[in-house]
Amino acid sequence: MTAPAPRGGAGRPTATAPQWWGTEQVCVRFGDTMALDQVTFRAVPGQVSAVVGGDGAGRTTLLRCLAGALAPSSGQVRLPPPLRIGYLSAGSGTYPDLSVDENLAFRATAYRLTAATARERSAELLERAGLAGARARLAGQLSGGMRQKLGVIAAMLHRPDLLVLDEPTTGVDPVSRADLWWLITRAAAGGAAVVLATSYLDEAERAVAVLALDAGRELGAGTPDEIVAAMPGTLRVSDTRPEGEAGRRAWRRGGRWRIWDPPGAAARAGLVGGAGRAGGAGPAGGAGPAGSAVTPDLQDAVTVAILARELTAAGAGNGQPEGGGPR
Amino acid sequence: MTEALARCVGVSRRFGSFTAVDGVDLRLGRGEVVGLLGANGAGKTTLIRMLLGLLATSGGQVLLFGEPPSRQTRQRIGYVPQTLGLYDDLTPAENLAFSAAVFGTQPGQGGRQVMAPALPESLRPYRRAVVGSLPLGVQRSVAFAQALAHQPDLLILDEPTSGVDPLARARLWETVAIAATAGTGVLVTTHYMDEAGECDRLMVMADGRVVAEGTAGQIIGDARVSVVETGSWAQAFDALEAAGLPAALVGRTLRVPGADPADVRRALGPVQAGVTGAPATLEERFFELTLTSSRTRSPA
Repeated sequence: MTAPAPRGGAGRPTATAPQWWGTEQVCVRFGDTMALDQVTFRAVPGQVSAVVGGDGAGRTTLLRCLAGALAPSSGQVRLPPPLRIGYLSAGSGTYPDLSVDENLAFRATAYRLTAATARERSAELLERAGLAGARARLAGQLSGGMRQKLGVIAAMLHRPDLLVLDEPTTGVDPVSRADLWWLITRAAAGGAAVVLATSYLDEAERAVAVLALDAGRELGAGTPDEIVAAMPGTLRVSDTRPEGEAGRRAWRRGGRWRIWDPPGAAARAGLVGGAGRAGGAGPAGGAGPAGSAVTPDLQDAVTVAILARELTAAGAGNGQPEGGGPR
Repeated sequence: MTEALARCVGVSRRFGSFTAVDGVDLRLGRGEVVGLLGANGAGKTTLIRMLLGLLATSGGQVLLFGEPPSRQTRQRIGYVPQTLGLYDDLTPAENLAFSAAVFGTQPGQGGRQVMAPALPESLRPYRRAVVGSLPLGVQRSVAFAQALAHQPDLLILDEPTSGVDPLARARLWETVAIAATAGTGVLVTTHYMDEAGECDRLMVMADGRVVAEGTAGQIIGDARVSVVETGSWAQAFDALEAAGLPAALVGRTLRVPGADPADVRRALGPVQAGVTGAPATLEERFFELTLTSSRTRSPA
């Protein structure tokens, strides 16, 4: 995989900070299931990295490895000491029966912060995240967005070197999402290596480095642009859903249809003259509207990866690369 | 102008001294897909509950198919709540059969006979599993099938695609589009700004009011952001924060909504950076509208 550029324009890594935290060729088996298969991931201090993928892709398993909560079956992890890691598990990572203040006081004790440091830091983060008025409320009574903000604050309270956040923004409204991103940015600006799992691809595009997982394997890694560039085949856009076989490679986006042509498919269908060229120039040839070529973004590239796997599994894959692997 | 499936005229709803919905006008026509955007607490769910007839208005008027909400109008609505409204212990087909029985009426009473619908092709592989054991994307498909089974004239979807992968989301939107093409009017709330493109029209709510309306392009208008390119974004982030200009990190650049590049340049002080203007995204514009609304509301 492409290692993210070390510390380019990053926050303020301390003099002792290493180049990266992460995993090297890590495998995790649960019984017969390979939850992670040879996954290498590097989180760089002062930088936000995102892990994306669908249901069962292995995101949570990878993040648990990064949090030191799960030992891999094979491969290596390179992590800071446990007290220098901050982790928000999927779900929220707060105690519903404790108040906001009590949740943070408990975390502060666990992280061995002094009372004064904990008070000052909690007050600053709660104020900026719009939770200052909710300090006495039980975490279980907070709205989803507020609870997630509390979870992130609790995970970053002790200024960890590695901050691992499992879906901090899923189901959260855009305003709370902006607050969460402020917290995430604050942590990275302070020099932490931040890793977040997300199902929002527009959010992943804000990360410096992205790892796309599918069924426990790496689908693509690098900057969002690198992942997009590595998408196999080409993409067309059409106003109508194509008929027949191409319909299986089509999905709806922005009120129109995206059609993915695996390497060689467009040429075979007589849509384009040469391999590697974007589709859309040729006649429809019975395969429905040809559409016009479109430049994919990260959401398209990840959708293609999921689609390729689905087509392979259904035995309907017509010439797409094994496992939908890029390059 | 086609018949309005749903109309709100100056609709308000107060809970004690709190005004959750404040003078909202809405008109939804046949085959139209209208997206309702808003932060939590903006009043979206309260508005939907009034449309469904689950909540009375404090002021103004709600009309469904030309009449006030009632059990009869309810029969012409399909609704997918955030919580999906499925029975976890039943299979997809059992859920659909139950819902059909609830909506079913005797012919000749002015209602429609509702048959338990056939399971959609995409759900067949899951026919023996109970809903609670299925992936979220599949559960959402079941909820859609259930809401559409009685061929509603109006479909109301509350965050229908939260937490599912992009391909599953695309398929849910395909279902919505098919219903809209057949004439169903759709009112949908979403937190994914990317999905705004699936809607014919958007309404942005903040503090109970509609603060913007139109297509994404119309709502963004000429709103711009300042973009800060710098080798030391962390220092720039701190400097902007200190000046009261909250910046959003995108890769290694910072974006400052609603701020003039000259002001941003000044706020950066000694930090070496290039500052340029750029068109705002829908999410940035949304954020600005929400912020402006809360500032005018609570003079702080």
